[in-house]
Amino acid sequence: MIDVRITRRLAGFSLDAAFTSDSGITALFGRSGSGKTTLINAIAGLVTPDDGTISVNGMCLFDRARGIDVPVRRRRVGYVFQEGRLFPHLTVRANLRYGFDLAKADERYIEFGKVVELLGLEALLERRPAKLSGGEKQRVAIGRALLASPRLLLMDEPLAALDHARKQEVLRYIARLHQEISVPIVYVSHAVEEVVQLAETVVLMAAGRVVASGAVGEVMGRADLRAQGIDFEGGTVIEARVAAYDSAYDLATLEFAGGQLKVPGIAAAVGEAVRVRIRARDIAIALTEPVDISVLNVLHGSVVDVKAGDDARAVVRVKVGMTVLTSRITRYSADRLKLVPGCPVCVLIKAVSLN
Amino acid sequence: MFALSPVEWEIIQLSLKVAFWSVLCSLPLAVAVAFLLARAEFPGKSLFDALVHLPLVLPPVVVGYFLLLLLGRRGPLGALLDEYLGIVVAFRWSGAAIAAGIMGFPLMVRAIRLSIEAIDTGLEDAARTLGATRLRIFFSVTLPLALPGVFTGTLLSFARSLGEFGATITFVSNIPGETRTLPLAIYTLTQVPGGDAAALRLSIIAIVLSVIALMLSEWLVRRSQQRARGHDD
Repeated sequence: MIDVRITRRLAGFSLDAAFTSDSGITALFGRSGSGKTTLINAIAGLVTPDDGTISVNGMCLFDRARGIDVPVRRRRVGYVFQEGRLFPHLTVRANLRYGFDLAKADERYIEFGKVVELLGLEALLERRPAKLSGGEKQRVAIGRALLASPRLLLMDEPLAALDHARKQEVLRYIARLHQEISVPIVYVSHAVEEVVQLAETVVLMAAGRVVASGAVGEVMGRADLRAQGIDFEGGTVIEARVAAYDSAYDLATLEFAGGQLKVPGIAAAVGEAVRVRIRARDIAIALTEPVDISVLNVLHGSVVDVKAGDDARAVVRVKVGMTVLTSRITRYSADRLKLVPGCPVCVLIKAVSLN
Repeated sequence: MFALSPVEWEIIQLSLKVAFWSVLCSLPLAVAVAFLLARAEFPGKSLFDALVHLPLVLPPVVVGYFLLLLLGRRGPLGALLDEYLGIVVAFRWSGAAIAAGIMGFPLMVRAIRLSIEAIDTGLEDAARTLGATRLRIFFSVTLPLALPGVFTGTLLSFARSLGEFGATITFVSNIPGETRTLPLAIYTLTQVPGGDAAALRLSIIAIVLSVIALMLSEWLVRRSQQRARGHDD
């Protein structure tokens, strides 16, 4: 359980953020400059808020009113920095042992060998950070933070400096680690795919404020935020399973509670669970099933509701099987197709717009 | 053949002894001062900075004279040391080491400070999140990464000590076997008729010593830089 409620004012920027989460992985999501890093720096104690409270699992780390400000080294908040920040003069083994040796024996909840195995670090132990690839560095950084047996693990865009393949590799390690160890993680990112793949709770930030927070599907589905002047494209998050993979076309078939979806270039094996986000503007609506069309995903459903905006757009929610998809079309189209609740429609999703 | 006479040996040994102790004793203090100047903010910092650099700009004779006033047998500090600890530094080789240490101090601080300032403070933050105290961070992260600067500073100060003249001769005079280091011996020889050849021999020795010290430190600096960057294997 993480409970944060802080304010901090600087010249030209003010942070006034509050969120609560009791999930395994909480994503702080927003553009750069929205205050995400300042927020987790405050949780770690690297930045002192002007006012507010911070508590993790019932342990108060900061409370201005009560004069509590636990020193960084006593907070037991692990931190995986964007640039890794491995100690360049130490081997991987010594880096990993740094926090491990400092942790009190009765507070340790993880074994050295377990972390090495979980993050695949065995072959790297005697190397120095300069000789590691970007992905390896981040794995070591995660391992180092984890071995200090933190009560909370902060990750500040740990994949930002990596290429796509490395991102997928490290993402899978993080997901795996989360399954094996029950340490709560706060994951900072501005990349939707990472947030959708990892997080259970999403805290959406803009200009130093929390504009939305809640379950990943709910927050990512918010189609009303754009109207509030926040640069955020809502969409539907679908929990799916890889049913088949066509290597000739690099096309995966996913099954979800609503039917099947064809998605290109997915980094998961057949049988694995994945989350897919479909942006509202990538969903088109037709009254009859079109023929001779390039769009691969055509799903049948019925309209739940239609919300016309103040501008040219309208948001249409369509129930497909057990899933409700959010679509953004023009108000003109919604009127022309005479979309009303209960109306049977076809939902069209271009495969290339996914992933 | 370039065989050394017993007197020459004595001069070299004394010079090395003075330089060695001056560097050894000023090093911990220089590291502490460099760390303060690089990392801490406190009132009067610029004044403190100027004070540390003073020996660099003052005439060495002035430094020597003040040492004599302060640490001489009848000086306020010298008298205390003599009375309570039985330590006398005036006109002793230990006094020469103090003079040399003070003259080399700003050079040492400067080199170490620069290399501490070049260290990413983010690494120290990372160590804090891993549970390390400030003291531990200093010895496990800051100091190892500042080693190239420590070696450079040590060499500069060592070389400065070997060549120290003005402050030494003013503070501890020019006593054969006690305070007559290489530069003082060379100076003395140039003051006596027929001493030119001997002065030249000692000058060559001074050059050789300096070159050896320079090469040794270059090697140490390169090694420590590679270590700090993690390329030593």
